[in-house]
Amino acid sequence: MLVTDTTAAEPAVLATGVDVVLGGHQILSGVDLRVERGEVVALLGANGSGKSTLVRALLGIAPRTAGEVRLLGGALGNGVPWERVGYVPQRLPAGGGVPATALEVVMSGLVHGRTLRPPRDARKRALAALDEVGMAAHARRSVLQMSGGQQQRVLIARALVRRPDLLVLDEPTSGIDLPTQETFVATVRRLHEQGGTVLVILHELGSFAGLIDRAVALRHGRVVYDGPPPDPRGEHAGPGHEHTHPHADPPPPDPGTGLSMEVLP
Amino acid sequence: MTWFETLGAMLSSPLMQRALIAAVLVGAAAPVVGTFLVQRRLALMGDGLGHVALTGVALGWLVGTWAGLVPQDALAIPGAVVAALIGSVAIEWVRARGRTSGDLALALMFYGGIAGGVLLIKLAGGTNANLVSYLFGSISTVSTGDLWWTAGLAVGVLLVGLGLRHVLFAVSHDEEFARGSGLPVTALNMVVAAMSALTVTIAMRVVGLLLVSALMIVPVAVAQLVVGSFSRVMALASGIGVAVSVVGLSITYWEDIPPGATIVLLAIGLYALAAVTRPLLTRRGAGDAPHDPHPELPDDVALPVVGAGPGAADCRPGAPGGATR
Ligand SMILES: Nc1ncnc2c1ncn2[C@@H]1O[C@H](COP(=O)(O)OP(=O)(O)OP(=O)(O)O)[C@@H](O)[C@H]1O
Ligand SMILES: [Mg+2]
Repeated sequence: MLVTDTTAAEPAVLATGVDVVLGGHQILSGVDLRVERGEVVALLGANGSGKSTLVRALLGIAPRTAGEVRLLGGALGNGVPWERVGYVPQRLPAGGGVPATALEVVMSGLVHGRTLRPPRDARKRALAALDEVGMAAHARRSVLQMSGGQQQRVLIARALVRRPDLLVLDEPTSGIDLPTQETFVATVRRLHEQGGTVLVILHELGSFAGLIDRAVALRHGRVVYDGPPPDPRGEHAGPGHEHTHPHADPPPPDPGTGLSMEVLP
Repeated sequence: MTWFETLGAMLSSPLMQRALIAAVLVGAAAPVVGTFLVQRRLALMGDGLGHVALTGVALGWLVGTWAGLVPQDALAIPGAVVAALIGSVAIEWVRARGRTSGDLALALMFYGGIAGGVLLIKLAGGTNANLVSYLFGSISTVSTGDLWWTAGLAVGVLLVGLGLRHVLFAVSHDEEFARGSGLPVTALNMVVAAMSALTVTIAMRVVGLLLVSALMIVPVAVAQLVVGSFSRVMALASGIGVAVSVVGLSITYWEDIPPGATIVLLAIGLYALAAVTRPLLTRRGAGDAPHDPHPELPDDVALPVVGAGPGAADCRPGAPGGATR
């Protein structure tokens, strides 16, 4: 297809000069972000640095006061091929007054800007996506009765059900047990191997460590680092690493960031 | 007369036929819209719109008087439709600009709607008594023309509500995700609001503006006590809406009691019944589908379990009826 070929040259995410003001506060100022097709980019930063807000602005959830966003070659709005974009928010909303089953929540991932009605095989695809996150047995349970980690897995299934080319994840593995994290990372790796692009917010690289091509760090709503992923903490535990801690050591950096960006190139 | 003959007489009365058709349609459509409203925690939206519709009724009356129409209230229903539609768009508009003020907008509508209605009906040369039939319903006054209005709008609301149920669910369940999926969230919210407005005006004749919201909300409250999924709640609520409307209306054929209040009290009675019998229902439901609240998953950390080998996980007690692995 010629159309796909011409747009394929464009990066998966292209944001220029994004400003976001929420509740009268400047949350993001002049953020530029470029994620090439097939890249896995980690978005890092302390609590409140604006990571979720950036991702929400990229998807058109948070209103921008300035800047341009293009996803998969289309300008935000009707130009984006929404059927190829998957998003896992940081948490499930507080929930409405009517119970919704995991299957219904995952099926709601199949309606988007390009179609107001789910495809015929929606139910089958939703069950397959639930199976991928190990929740097939819970398909007919109400999500409000689930544990936080189970809810998170349902949200991941809701993003995967589209079989996305661009996956945007907001701390997808927080609150999820290690075996499920590993199955999830394996799923993301498979998606990546098929040419998919991933933008993932993380506090520590953890299970994602081997997968990340590049890291972008935010501080106070600005990009302060963009480059190779910082060495994981595992290096500290490596055999060649010398553990010498004289008592005069300054206090360690805020563990919340998990990274010391300043010392990196 | 036997019971059977009375039923026959009731069904052959043209007035009752019209009333029953209206009741079935309104009873089916109102809870469908109500399900979306409850899901969005906007259960009182129907009430707000009902109050605004009262101003519309009075406005229609006023215009009818000016134009010298023969039944002065010929324009009451169109007036209510227009006012409720404008009100619904206004609520969504305010809500889209900031969540907190949505509440306030609803309150303003409540009071503005009633005050406007009372004032305008006076200007139109009517009395508050004229408004009472709209406030509490007067199904006996349903004319053939009204019936066409009601039937058309109810079928329209049902078609839109059922046809767009997946996308309306998506927007009502998680508005942020829907926005992040490129869905036209504000437009879809306005669709729900407009459906509520139309439901309010068609249900006005059956249960009255003050009780409209009850027909939208109470069946949903009953259904969600009994079933555990969105689509089933919607289906059951719609069925309950039809049942209480038909039964309530039939009772008023024998007893001289107001139909709207009877229908709503029947629905609330069902709620009480469901709330009381719920523990029994859920126990039986759990027996149908045994599921272990603590599914067998490997632990995150290697736990030192005293006296257990590698197969320790198998020793955990399963749920009654056997855990599925
Ligand atoms: N709706 C809002 N109104 C006002 N301020 C907001 C709103 N949403 C977020 N903020 C503020 O924006 C800043 C960035 O929030 P954001 O959720 O993007 O942080 P984050 O980097 O994702 O943090 P975390 O690691 O805790 O998830 C915070 O200071 C927060 O208080
Ligand atoms: Mg966040």
